Amino acid sequence: MSPLNITEDDLHAYVDGALPAERRAEVDAYLAEYPEDAERVEAYRAQNRALKALFDPVLDEPLPEHLHALTVQPLNATVGPKKRPFLNFLALQRLAAGVLVAMVGGIGGWLAHGQYQGGEQLARAVPLPHQAAVAHVVYSPDARRPVEVAADQEEALVKWLSKRLGTPVKPPKLGALGYELVGGRLLPGNAGPVAQFMYQDATGQRMTLYVTTESAGKPETGFRFAREGEINVFYWVEGKFGYALSAAIAKGELAKVATAVYDQLDVK
Amino acid sequence: MDSRTILAELPRLRRYARAMLGDRAAADDLVQDTLERAWSRFSQWRPGSDLRAWLFGIMHNLRVDQLRRGVVATHSLDEEADDVPTRATQTDRLEVMDIESALRQLPDEQREVLLCVALEEMSYAEVAAALGIPVGTVMSRLSRGRERLRQIMEGRPSTANLRVVR
Repeated sequence: MSPLNITEDDLHAYVDGALPAERRAEVDAYLAEYPEDAERVEAYRAQNRALKALFDPVLDEPLPEHLHALTVQPLNATVGPKKRPFLNFLALQRLAAGVLVAMVGGIGGWLAHGQYQGGEQLARAVPLPHQAAVAHVVYSPDARRPVEVAADQEEALVKWLSKRLGTPVKPPKLGALGYELVGGRLLPGNAGPVAQFMYQDATGQRMTLYVTTESAGKPETGFRFAREGEINVFYWVEGKFGYALSAAIAKGELAKVATAVYDQLDVK
Repeated sequence: MDSRTILAELPRLRRYARAMLGDRAAADDLVQDTLERAWSRFSQWRPGSDLRAWLFGIMHNLRVDQLRRGVVATHSLDEEADDVPTRATQTDRLEVMDIESALRQLPDEQREVLLCVALEEMSYAEVAAALGIPVGTVMSRLSRGRERLRQIMEGRPSTANLRVVR
Protein backbone atom coordinates (compact mmCIF):
# COMPACT_ATOMS: atom_id res chain seq x y z
CA MET A 1 0.00 0.00 0.00
CA SER A 2 1.23 3.44 -0.85
CA PRO A 3 1.11 6.34 1.56
CA LEU A 4 -1.90 7.66 -0.30
CA ASN A 5 -3.59 4.31 -0.05
CA ILE A 6 -3.84 3.97 -3.83
CA THR A 7 -5.06 0.51 -4.77
CA GLU A 8 -4.80 -1.50 -7.96
CA ASP A 9 -8.50 -0.83 -8.53
CA ASP A 10 -7.82 2.90 -8.32
CA LEU A 11 -5.23 2.62 -11.03
CA HIS A 12 -7.67 0.88 -13.36
CA ALA A 13 -10.45 3.35 -12.59
CA TYR A 14 -7.89 6.06 -13.34
CA VAL A 15 -7.11 4.48 -16.71
CA ASP A 16 -10.83 4.26 -17.51
CA GLY A 17 -11.60 7.80 -16.39
CA ALA A 18 -13.92 6.51 -13.69
CA LEU A 19 -12.43 8.37 -10.72
CA PRO A 20 -13.82 11.53 -9.15
CA ALA A 21 -11.55 14.55 -9.65
CA GLU A 22 -10.20 14.54 -6.14
CA ARG A 23 -9.14 10.93 -6.21
CA ARG A 24 -7.71 11.39 -9.66
CA ALA A 25 -5.43 14.11 -8.32
CA GLU A 26 -4.23 11.74 -5.62
CA VAL A 27 -3.44 9.10 -8.19
CA ASP A 28 -1.54 11.70 -10.22
CA ALA A 29 0.54 12.49 -7.18
CA TYR A 30 1.13 8.83 -6.53
CA LEU A 31 2.19 8.09 -10.10
CA ALA A 32 4.70 10.92 -9.99
CA GLU A 33 6.43 8.99 -7.23
CA TYR A 34 6.15 5.50 -8.68
CA PRO A 35 7.40 5.50 -12.25
CA GLU A 36 6.87 1.77 -12.73
CA ASP A 37 3.19 2.11 -12.03
CA ALA A 38 3.07 5.25 -14.17
CA GLU A 39 4.51 3.25 -17.04
CA ARG A 40 1.99 0.51 -16.51
CA VAL A 41 -0.91 2.96 -16.44
CA GLU A 42 0.32 4.54 -19.64
CA ALA A 43 0.52 1.11 -21.29
CA TYR A 44 -3.07 0.32 -20.26
CA ARG A 45 -4.28 3.62 -21.66
CA ALA A 46 -2.48 2.84 -24.88
CA GLN A 47 -4.32 -0.52 -24.95
CA ASN A 48 -7.64 1.27 -24.66
CA ARG A 49 -6.74 3.55 -27.53
CA ALA A 50 -5.41 0.72 -29.67
CA LEU A 51 -8.52 -1.42 -29.14
CA LYS A 52 -10.76 1.49 -30.08
CA ALA A 53 -8.71 2.26 -33.16
CA LEU A 54 -8.79 -1.38 -34.20
CA PHE A 55 -12.47 -2.16 -33.70
CA ASP A 56 -14.32 1.15 -33.95
CA PRO A 57 -14.50 0.84 -37.75
CA VAL A 58 -16.90 -2.09 -37.24
CA LEU A 59 -19.47 0.46 -36.01
CA ASP A 60 -19.59 2.01 -39.44
CA GLU A 61 -19.84 -1.19 -41.43
CA PRO A 62 -23.18 -1.64 -43.16
CA LEU A 63 -25.41 -4.11 -41.36
CA PRO A 64 -25.87 -7.41 -43.17
CA GLU A 65 -29.47 -7.81 -44.27
CA HIS A 66 -30.11 -10.86 -42.16
CA LEU A 67 -29.14 -8.96 -39.01
CA HIS A 68 -31.18 -6.00 -40.04
CA ALA A 69 -34.17 -8.29 -40.50
CA LEU A 70 -33.79 -9.46 -36.91
CA THR A 71 -34.40 -6.01 -35.51
CA VAL A 72 -38.05 -6.82 -36.17
CA GLN A 73 -39.65 -9.34 -33.90
CA PRO A 74 -39.94 -12.67 -35.69
CA LEU A 75 -43.38 -14.24 -35.91
CA ASN A 76 -42.47 -17.29 -33.91
CA ALA A 77 -41.02 -15.36 -30.98
CA THR A 78 -42.53 -15.92 -27.58
CA VAL A 79 -44.34 -12.72 -26.93
CA GLY A 80 -45.80 -13.37 -23.54
CA PRO A 81 -49.35 -12.45 -22.63
CA LYS A 82 -49.37 -9.20 -24.58
CA LYS A 83 -49.38 -9.60 -28.33
CA ARG A 84 -47.30 -7.16 -30.26
CA PRO A 85 -49.27 -5.22 -32.79
CA PHE A 86 -47.05 -6.19 -35.69
CA LEU A 87 -46.22 -9.37 -37.54
CA ASN A 88 -48.41 -11.67 -35.57
CA PHE A 89 -51.34 -13.69 -36.72
CA LEU A 90 -53.69 -10.74 -36.58
CA ALA A 91 -51.39 -8.91 -38.91
CA LEU A 92 -51.61 -11.81 -41.32
CA GLN A 93 -55.37 -11.60 -41.23
CA ARG A 94 -55.27 -7.92 -41.99
CA LEU A 95 -52.89 -8.69 -44.75
CA ALA A 96 -55.41 -10.99 -46.31
CA ALA A 97 -58.11 -8.42 -45.92
CA GLY A 98 -56.43 -6.32 -48.51
CA VAL A 99 -53.97 -4.26 -46.57
CA LEU A 100 -50.48 -5.49 -47.08
CA VAL A 101 -47.94 -5.08 -44.38
CA ALA A 102 -44.51 -4.52 -45.73
CA MET A 103 -41.74 -4.93 -43.26
CA VAL A 104 -38.87 -4.04 -45.47
CA GLY A 105 -35.43 -3.57 -44.07
CA GLY A 106 -36.68 -3.41 -40.52
CA ILE A 107 -38.91 -0.44 -41.16
CA GLY A 108 -42.56 -1.23 -40.71
CA GLY A 109 -44.65 0.36 -43.37
CA TRP A 110 -48.25 0.12 -44.31
CA LEU A 111 -48.88 -0.22 -47.96
CA ALA A 112 -52.34 -0.05 -49.39
CA HIS A 113 -52.76 -2.32 -52.33
CA GLY A 114 -56.10 -2.00 -54.02
CA GLN A 115 -56.05 -4.89 -56.42
CA TYR A 116 -55.77 -7.54 -53.80
CA GLN A 117 -59.10 -8.12 -52.12
CA GLY A 118 -59.37 -11.16 -49.93
CA GLY A 119 -62.58 -10.29 -48.14
CA GLU A 120 -63.64 -13.45 -46.36
CA GLN A 121 -62.36 -14.37 -42.94
CA LEU A 122 -59.47 -16.72 -43.08
CA ALA A 123 -59.32 -20.11 -41.55
CA ARG A 124 -56.73 -20.28 -38.82
CA ALA A 125 -53.99 -21.54 -41.06
CA VAL A 126 -53.56 -19.60 -44.24
CA PRO A 127 -53.51 -21.99 -47.22
CA LEU A 128 -50.18 -22.39 -48.94
CA PRO A 129 -51.03 -20.85 -52.35
CA HIS A 130 -52.64 -17.89 -50.67
CA GLN A 131 -49.65 -17.25 -48.41
CA ALA A 132 -47.32 -17.57 -51.36
CA ALA A 133 -49.35 -15.25 -53.54
CA VAL A 134 -49.53 -12.58 -50.85
CA ALA A 135 -45.79 -12.83 -50.31
CA HIS A 136 -45.28 -12.55 -54.05
CA VAL A 137 -47.47 -9.46 -54.29
CA VAL A 138 -45.74 -7.81 -51.35
CA TYR A 139 -42.16 -8.31 -52.37
CA SER A 140 -41.90 -8.75 -56.12
CA PRO A 141 -42.77 -5.11 -57.00
CA ASP A 142 -40.05 -3.89 -54.67
CA ALA A 143 -37.44 -2.36 -56.92
CA ARG A 144 -34.96 -1.35 -54.29
CA ARG A 145 -34.97 -4.30 -51.92
CA PRO A 146 -36.85 -7.27 -53.34
CA VAL A 147 -34.71 -9.74 -51.36
CA GLU A 148 -32.86 -9.79 -48.10
CA VAL A 149 -29.83 -11.61 -49.41
CA ALA A 150 -28.91 -11.24 -53.06
CA ALA A 151 -27.93 -14.01 -55.44
CA ASP A 152 -24.30 -12.90 -55.52
CA GLN A 153 -24.13 -14.24 -51.98
CA GLU A 154 -25.91 -17.45 -52.83
CA GLU A 155 -23.80 -19.56 -50.52
CA ALA A 156 -24.58 -17.33 -47.54
CA LEU A 157 -28.23 -17.26 -48.58
CA VAL A 158 -28.47 -21.05 -48.67
CA LYS A 159 -26.66 -21.38 -45.37
CA TRP A 160 -28.80 -18.79 -43.65
CA LEU A 161 -32.18 -20.01 -44.91
CA SER A 162 -31.26 -23.63 -44.21
CA LYS A 163 -30.32 -22.68 -40.69
CA ARG A 164 -33.51 -20.77 -40.08
CA LEU A 165 -35.76 -23.44 -41.59
CA GLY A 166 -33.85 -26.13 -39.75
CA THR A 167 -33.32 -28.17 -42.89
CA PRO A 168 -31.28 -27.74 -46.06
CA VAL A 169 -32.99 -25.67 -48.74
CA LYS A 170 -31.53 -24.64 -52.05
CA PRO A 171 -32.85 -22.48 -54.87
CA PRO A 172 -33.31 -24.42 -58.13
CA LYS A 173 -31.48 -23.14 -61.19
CA LEU A 174 -33.91 -21.79 -63.77
CA GLY A 175 -31.48 -20.02 -66.08
CA ALA A 176 -32.30 -22.41 -68.92
CA LEU A 177 -35.89 -21.13 -68.81
CA GLY A 178 -34.78 -17.52 -68.74
CA TYR A 179 -35.20 -16.92 -65.03
CA GLU A 180 -32.18 -15.89 -62.97
CA LEU A 181 -32.07 -15.94 -59.20
CA VAL A 182 -32.37 -12.48 -57.64
CA GLY A 183 -32.00 -13.69 -54.07
CA GLY A 184 -34.11 -14.75 -51.15
CA ARG A 185 -35.65 -13.77 -47.90
CA LEU A 186 -37.15 -15.21 -44.77
CA LEU A 187 -40.85 -14.70 -44.07
CA PRO A 188 -43.28 -15.56 -41.31
CA GLY A 189 -45.48 -18.55 -42.15
CA ASN A 190 -48.37 -19.89 -40.11
CA ALA A 191 -46.19 -21.01 -37.25
CA GLY A 192 -42.59 -20.42 -38.18
CA PRO A 193 -40.17 -19.24 -40.81
CA VAL A 194 -40.60 -19.89 -44.52
CA ALA A 195 -38.22 -19.07 -47.35
CA GLN A 196 -38.91 -17.11 -50.48
CA PHE A 197 -36.61 -17.24 -53.49
CA MET A 198 -37.06 -14.63 -56.16
CA TYR A 199 -36.30 -14.95 -59.86
CA GLN A 200 -36.46 -12.50 -62.69
CA ASP A 201 -36.39 -12.82 -66.47
CA ALA A 202 -34.77 -10.47 -68.97
CA THR A 203 -37.90 -8.31 -69.16
CA GLY A 204 -37.98 -7.83 -65.40
CA GLN A 205 -40.88 -10.24 -64.90
CA ARG A 206 -40.54 -11.69 -61.42
CA MET A 207 -41.39 -15.11 -60.12
CA THR A 208 -41.16 -16.33 -56.55
CA LEU A 209 -40.70 -19.79 -55.12
CA TYR A 210 -42.09 -20.14 -51.64
CA VAL A 211 -40.71 -22.99 -49.56
CA THR A 212 -42.25 -24.01 -46.27
CA THR A 213 -41.63 -26.85 -43.87
CA GLU A 214 -45.08 -26.46 -42.38
CA SER A 215 -46.47 -29.06 -44.74
CA ALA A 216 -44.46 -31.76 -43.00
CA GLY A 217 -46.64 -34.75 -42.29
CA LYS A 218 -49.26 -33.77 -44.86
CA PRO A 219 -49.89 -36.17 -47.70
CA GLU A 220 -47.86 -35.48 -50.80
CA THR A 221 -49.74 -33.91 -53.63
CA GLY A 222 -49.28 -33.58 -57.34
CA PHE A 223 -49.27 -30.16 -58.93
CA ARG A 224 -52.15 -28.01 -57.96
CA PHE A 225 -53.08 -24.73 -59.44
CA ALA A 226 -54.60 -21.67 -57.83
CA ARG A 227 -55.36 -18.23 -59.04
CA GLU A 228 -55.07 -15.39 -56.56
CA GLY A 229 -56.05 -12.13 -58.20
CA GLU A 230 -53.61 -11.68 -61.05
CA ILE A 231 -51.17 -14.14 -59.61
CA ASN A 232 -51.05 -17.72 -60.82
CA VAL A 233 -49.71 -20.24 -58.36
CA PHE A 234 -48.59 -23.82 -58.81
CA TYR A 235 -48.08 -25.62 -55.54
CA TRP A 236 -47.34 -29.08 -54.31
CA VAL A 237 -46.23 -30.95 -51.22
CA GLU A 238 -43.32 -33.31 -51.33
CA GLY A 239 -41.46 -34.85 -48.43
CA LYS A 240 -41.30 -32.36 -45.62
CA PHE A 241 -41.59 -29.38 -47.93
CA GLY A 242 -44.47 -27.46 -49.37
CA TYR A 243 -43.63 -25.48 -52.50
CA ALA A 244 -45.50 -22.73 -54.26
CA LEU A 245 -44.37 -21.03 -57.44
CA SER A 246 -46.06 -17.68 -58.07
CA ALA A 247 -45.97 -15.20 -60.92
CA ALA A 248 -48.23 -12.96 -62.93
CA ILE A 249 -47.63 -14.99 -66.08
CA ALA A 250 -49.73 -17.38 -68.15
CA LYS A 251 -50.63 -20.69 -66.60
CA GLY A 252 -48.90 -22.67 -69.36
CA GLU A 253 -45.59 -20.86 -68.98
CA LEU A 254 -45.71 -21.13 -65.22
CA ALA A 255 -46.43 -24.86 -65.49
CA LYS A 256 -43.24 -25.31 -67.52
CA VAL A 257 -41.15 -23.61 -64.85
CA ALA A 258 -42.93 -25.50 -62.08
CA THR A 259 -42.07 -28.77 -63.81
CA ALA A 260 -38.42 -27.74 -64.02
CA VAL A 261 -38.40 -26.82 -60.34
CA TYR A 262 -40.05 -30.09 -59.44
CA ASP A 263 -37.54 -32.08 -61.48
CA GLN A 264 -34.56 -30.41 -59.91
CA LEU A 265 -35.81 -30.82 -56.39
CA ASP A 266 -36.69 -34.39 -57.15
CA VAL A 267 -33.16 -35.24 -58.29
CA LYS A 268 -31.83 -33.90 -55.02
CA MET B 1 -37.73 -3.19 -26.90
CA ASP B 2 -38.59 -2.36 -30.45
CA SER B 3 -36.92 -2.27 -33.84
CA ARG B 4 -35.35 1.10 -33.36
CA THR B 5 -33.80 0.47 -29.99
CA ILE B 6 -32.48 -2.89 -31.13
CA LEU B 7 -31.12 -1.31 -34.27
CA ALA B 8 -29.29 1.25 -32.15
CA GLU B 9 -27.53 -1.50 -30.19
CA LEU B 10 -26.55 -3.62 -33.16
CA PRO B 11 -23.33 -1.84 -34.17
CA ARG B 12 -21.91 -2.15 -30.68
CA LEU B 13 -22.89 -5.79 -30.38
CA ARG B 14 -21.15 -6.45 -33.67
CA ARG B 15 -18.04 -4.56 -32.65
CA TYR B 16 -17.80 -6.45 -29.40
CA ALA B 17 -18.41 -9.82 -31.04
CA ARG B 18 -15.78 -9.09 -33.66
CA ALA B 19 -13.23 -8.14 -31.03
CA MET B 20 -14.14 -11.17 -28.97
CA LEU B 21 -14.01 -13.74 -31.78
CA GLY B 22 -11.79 -12.12 -34.36
CA ASP B 23 -13.58 -13.74 -37.25
CA ARG B 24 -16.19 -11.61 -38.99
CA ALA B 25 -18.62 -14.35 -40.02
CA ALA B 26 -18.44 -16.08 -36.65
CA ALA B 27 -19.03 -12.75 -34.93
CA ASP B 28 -22.11 -11.95 -37.00
CA ASP B 29 -23.43 -15.46 -36.39
CA LEU B 30 -23.09 -14.82 -32.68
CA VAL B 31 -24.92 -11.51 -33.01
CA GLN B 32 -27.67 -13.25 -34.97
CA ASP B 33 -28.04 -15.94 -32.32
CA THR B 34 -28.11 -13.22 -29.69
CA LEU B 35 -30.96 -11.39 -31.40
CA GLU B 36 -32.92 -14.58 -31.91
CA ARG B 37 -32.57 -15.53 -28.28
CA ALA B 38 -33.42 -11.98 -27.20
CA TRP B 39 -36.66 -12.08 -29.17
CA SER B 40 -37.57 -15.48 -27.84
CA ARG B 41 -37.14 -14.18 -24.29
CA PHE B 42 -38.14 -10.67 -24.66
CA SER B 43 -41.03 -11.05 -22.24
CA GLN B 44 -38.27 -11.35 -19.64
CA TRP B 45 -36.91 -7.96 -20.41
CA ARG B 46 -38.17 -5.25 -18.12
CA PRO B 47 -38.98 -2.06 -19.98
CA GLY B 48 -36.84 0.76 -18.71
CA SER B 49 -33.94 -1.50 -17.75
CA ASP B 50 -30.68 -1.38 -19.62
CA LEU B 51 -31.27 -3.07 -22.97
CA ARG B 52 -27.59 -3.03 -23.82
CA ALA B 53 -26.52 -4.83 -20.68
CA TRP B 54 -29.28 -7.35 -21.25
CA LEU B 55 -28.17 -8.05 -24.80
CA PHE B 56 -24.51 -8.30 -23.79
CA GLY B 57 -25.54 -10.71 -21.07
CA ILE B 58 -27.37 -12.89 -23.58
CA MET B 59 -24.38 -12.85 -25.88
CA HIS B 60 -22.10 -13.77 -23.03
CA ASN B 61 -24.28 -16.71 -22.02
CA LEU B 62 -24.49 -17.94 -25.59
CA ARG B 63 -20.75 -17.84 -25.84
CA VAL B 64 -20.35 -19.70 -22.58
CA ASP B 65 -22.74 -22.35 -23.92
CA GLN B 66 -20.78 -22.59 -27.15
CA LEU B 67 -17.50 -22.96 -25.34
CA ARG B 68 -18.96 -25.60 -23.10
CA ARG B 69 -20.23 -27.55 -26.09
CA GLY B 70 -16.90 -27.09 -27.80
CA VAL B 71 -18.47 -25.37 -30.79
CA VAL B 72 -15.86 -22.68 -30.83
CA ALA B 73 -12.26 -23.67 -31.06
CA THR B 74 -10.39 -22.21 -28.17
CA HIS B 75 -7.39 -22.88 -26.09
CA SER B 76 -8.98 -23.01 -22.72
CA LEU B 77 -6.79 -21.41 -20.18
CA ASP B 78 -7.68 -21.71 -16.62
CA GLU B 79 -7.68 -18.36 -14.98
CA GLU B 80 -5.48 -19.62 -12.25
CA ALA B 81 -2.99 -20.84 -14.82
CA ASP B 82 -1.93 -17.29 -15.60
CA ASP B 83 1.68 -17.81 -14.77
CA VAL B 84 2.10 -21.10 -16.55
CA PRO B 85 4.04 -20.73 -19.78
CA THR B 86 1.59 -21.50 -22.53
CA ARG B 87 3.78 -21.05 -25.53
CA ALA B 88 7.31 -20.01 -24.87
CA THR B 89 8.41 -19.78 -28.45
CA GLN B 90 11.11 -17.55 -29.73
CA THR B 91 8.61 -15.38 -31.49
CA ASP B 92 7.06 -14.49 -28.20
CA ARG B 93 10.33 -13.27 -26.91
CA LEU B 94 11.64 -11.40 -29.89
CA GLU B 95 8.71 -9.74 -31.53
CA VAL B 96 6.55 -7.01 -30.32
CA MET B 97 3.06 -8.17 -31.08
CA ASP B 98 0.25 -6.19 -32.50
CA ILE B 99 -2.68 -5.82 -30.19
CA GLU B 100 -5.00 -8.03 -32.19
CA SER B 101 -2.81 -11.12 -31.98
CA ALA B 102 -2.04 -10.31 -28.38
CA LEU B 103 -5.74 -10.12 -27.63
CA ARG B 104 -6.22 -13.62 -29.05
CA GLN B 105 -3.81 -14.96 -26.48
CA LEU B 106 -5.79 -13.74 -23.53
CA PRO B 107 -7.98 -16.24 -21.74
CA ASP B 108 -11.62 -15.77 -22.65
CA GLU B 109 -12.68 -14.43 -19.27
CA GLN B 110 -10.02 -11.74 -19.31
CA ARG B 111 -10.58 -10.74 -22.92
CA GLU B 112 -14.29 -10.40 -22.29
CA VAL B 113 -13.91 -8.12 -19.28
CA LEU B 114 -11.19 -6.07 -20.91
CA LEU B 115 -13.28 -5.49 -24.03
CA CYS B 116 -16.39 -4.55 -22.06
CA VAL B 117 -14.36 -1.95 -20.19
CA ALA B 118 -11.86 -0.70 -22.73
CA LEU B 119 -13.88 -0.98 -25.93
CA GLU B 120 -17.48 -0.74 -24.78
CA GLU B 121 -16.72 1.70 -21.97
CA MET B 122 -19.11 -0.03 -19.63
CA SER B 123 -18.80 0.78 -15.94
CA TYR B 124 -17.43 -1.96 -13.72
CA ALA B 125 -20.87 -2.44 -12.22
CA GLU B 126 -22.42 -2.80 -15.67
CA VAL B 127 -19.83 -5.39 -16.64
CA ALA B 128 -20.53 -7.30 -13.46
CA ALA B 129 -24.27 -7.25 -14.15
CA ALA B 130 -23.94 -8.26 -17.79
CA LEU B 131 -21.55 -11.13 -17.11
CA GLY B 132 -23.16 -12.22 -13.88
CA ILE B 133 -20.00 -11.97 -11.77
CA PRO B 134 -19.09 -9.89 -8.71
CA VAL B 135 -17.40 -6.52 -9.25
CA GLY B 136 -14.33 -7.85 -7.42
CA THR B 137 -13.99 -10.55 -10.08
CA VAL B 138 -14.37 -7.94 -12.80
CA MET B 139 -11.49 -6.00 -11.26
CA SER B 140 -9.18 -8.96 -10.88
CA ARG B 141 -9.82 -10.18 -14.44
CA LEU B 142 -9.33 -6.66 -15.76
CA SER B 143 -6.08 -6.32 -13.88
CA ARG B 144 -4.73 -9.66 -15.04
CA GLY B 145 -5.93 -9.15 -18.58
CA ARG B 146 -4.32 -5.75 -18.95
CA GLU B 147 -1.05 -6.84 -17.47
CA ARG B 148 -0.92 -9.98 -19.52
CA LEU B 149 -1.67 -8.06 -22.68
CA ARG B 150 1.11 -5.64 -21.85
CA GLN B 151 3.58 -8.43 -21.30
CA ILE B 152 2.66 -10.12 -24.57
CA MET B 153 2.85 -6.89 -26.51
CA GLU B 154 6.19 -5.95 -25.10
CA GLY B 155 7.46 -9.29 -26.24
CA ARG B 156 8.29 -10.50 -22.80
CA PRO B 157 8.04 -14.19 -22.20
CA SER B 158 4.73 -15.00 -20.66
CA THR B 159 6.49 -17.05 -18.06
CA ALA B 160 7.00 -14.01 -15.87
CA ASN B 161 4.95 -13.77 -12.79
CA LEU B 162 2.20 -11.44 -13.77
CA ARG B 163 0.92 -10.75 -10.36
CA VAL B 164 1.48 -7.17 -9.42
CA VAL B 165 1.90 -7.05 -5.75
CA ARG B 166 2.37 -3.99 -3.74
